[in-house]
Amino acid sequence: MPAWGVAVHEPQDAIQDQPLMVGARAFTSRLLVGTGKFPSHAVMREALLASEAELVTVALRRVDLTRAGEGDVLDFVPEGMTLLPNTSGAVDADEAVRLARLGRAATGADLVKLEVTPDPRTLSPDPVETLRAAERLVGEGFVVLPYCSADPVLCRRLEEAGCATVMPLGAWIGSNRGLRTRDAIEVIVEQAGVPVVVDAGLGVPSDAAEAMEVGADAVLVNTAIAVAADPVTMARAFALATRAGRLGWLAGRGAVRATAEASSPLTGFLAASAPVDPRPAEPSGRSA
Amino acid sequence: MSQPPGRFARHLAALPPPVPVDLATALAAPSPAYLPTLLSEEAAGQLEALAQRAREVTLQRFGRAVRLFAPLYVSNACLSTCTYCGFSKGLDVVRRTLSVEEVVAEARALVDKGFRHLLLVSGEHRVEVSPDYLVACVEALRGFVPSIAVETQTWSDDTYTRLVDAGLEGVVHYQETYDRARYAEVHRAGWKRDFDRRLSSTERAAEAGVRRLGIGALLGLSADWRADVQAVAEHALWLQRHYWRTEVTVSLPRIKPSASGFQPLQPVSDAEYVQAVAALRLVAPDAGIVLSTREPAVLRDGLVRIAVTHMSAGSSTEPGGYLHPGEAQEQFAISDERSPAEVAAMLVAAGYEPVWKDAFALKD
Repeated sequence: MPAWGVAVHEPQDAIQDQPLMVGARAFTSRLLVGTGKFPSHAVMREALLASEAELVTVALRRVDLTRAGEGDVLDFVPEGMTLLPNTSGAVDADEAVRLARLGRAATGADLVKLEVTPDPRTLSPDPVETLRAAERLVGEGFVVLPYCSADPVLCRRLEEAGCATVMPLGAWIGSNRGLRTRDAIEVIVEQAGVPVVVDAGLGVPSDAAEAMEVGADAVLVNTAIAVAADPVTMARAFALATRAGRLGWLAGRGAVRATAEASSPLTGFLAASAPVDPRPAEPSGRSA
Repeated sequence: MSQPPGRFARHLAALPPPVPVDLATALAAPSPAYLPTLLSEEAAGQLEALAQRAREVTLQRFGRAVRLFAPLYVSNACLSTCTYCGFSKGLDVVRRTLSVEEVVAEARALVDKGFRHLLLVSGEHRVEVSPDYLVACVEALRGFVPSIAVETQTWSDDTYTRLVDAGLEGVVHYQETYDRARYAEVHRAGWKRDFDRRLSSTERAAEAGVRRLGIGALLGLSADWRADVQAVAEHALWLQRHYWRTEVTVSLPRIKPSASGFQPLQPVSDAEYVQAVAALRLVAPDAGIVLSTREPAVLRDGLVRIAVTHMSAGSSTEPGGYLHPGEAQEQFAISDERSPAEVAAMLVAAGYEPVWKDAFALKD
């Protein structure tokens, strides 16, 4: 049985970074992972370890909260990882709130990944019911991480409701299509006062890197890892890509130009004789 | 008194004829209109490619997870005469309707085997298996069975709403065949004789808020199984489009030996069956595909790698058959006689996760 607490990982990179703050909890890893669609619980466990994730989301509808069954997914989540129960399967605010309460009663955890998806075909989040549920759950003391459409105003409303993060989708869930909502994510990142976790649709490690490079504070990946031919290696690849993308954001990218610009312009000799600016470069990224 | 055609029946009647295309086109952009190509003999020659494509679609949409459920036969009493069924009214067989307490006992036995998704099945007898009886069953089970569905006669009053309010999750109504003339030949008497009442029942159930809807065609019943696969695919897609909150599953049972002695009009070979299931997956990528223990183990093990997402296991098709087998007539003979644990072990060995619970109780 995993602990419902915070695991601390050793920092892996020389560049100092702020922790990812989810409510009052601090996390080093910026890759969150899911537990669905894996070929087996054993493979899932190995992939979770390889991902170095600290937050692992589990569908409450898949868990036998009475613990009458044996060998369900909870028994395979590595020790020390923080479980993030989710309300997937809920079709409206009432059901989501009810599921969240059941989850808290069974586990004692106040974290909840809010998912309200009334359309079983697209699993698109319902913005109206998600906001309603978020307001109620925050009022009941939950730390709420809402899965939502990549809508800047909705993300503002969820933040105002007291959510600990916003989790806009990168593409249709399970689609592996990559960061299709990039333009909206850039706006959401620019305005957000809580961490932005890009959830759903990221298909390959470079998609995770892209989301982090545009300033997402974290990414959540499930299908891309779970249905890979080798989920364990893919989990590792996503861990590395997420870190690379984060470092890229912290480093601050150069300007994008329409035409080529030589890296050693003909007038370079003039700058070479100028005194070196001693001030360290400031990272351009927010440190949420 | 027959019911007028429902919305889907009118849609089906108004559909343009299928489009003749070559196999490459049909595989590149599968659509129900291309099903004649996907189900053709030419496609049969490319069955492996068809299956590979179906497998990709299934893995992408559903992952390596297969939901397990058990049928719980509550009654074989029946007022309908269906020439292919072991429960048909005129047959001289041992009839039994379980009490609610007996239903609970059977359900507990299934829960002990691991099941959390139960399908209550009955013949068509609106006195013995009344709306009140079904509501009482759902209320008695909902405390320990997270997912309850029913496969009974169709209802044309507020019964679906009452069942949903009681905590029912799913309704299963197979049309059996979408060929009206053939339907009339094999459904000779009773409530089920009304083709349009039956077909529109899925619409009524969806409107009542049923969140999982199962449809199906009994292959071999009509002279053209391909036409039935086509119609059931159109039905699934139409339901998904019009009742977007409802999850749709499709089943393509083949006729099995039963007390009726019925012989299929057009037998469907194993290869044709695989082709039908794979083609269905391609044209209805979001529909769950259900496979029962009617089919033999070897075929079930193969199809789960291609397209099947929902399986029963260790089934009994007689009322009371889990605790007291052999005391009443079964509906049909099952083929895959492995225990639920054995089927789950097969799935694990094949690289799939047997999902026993994929729902939460809808009522306290």
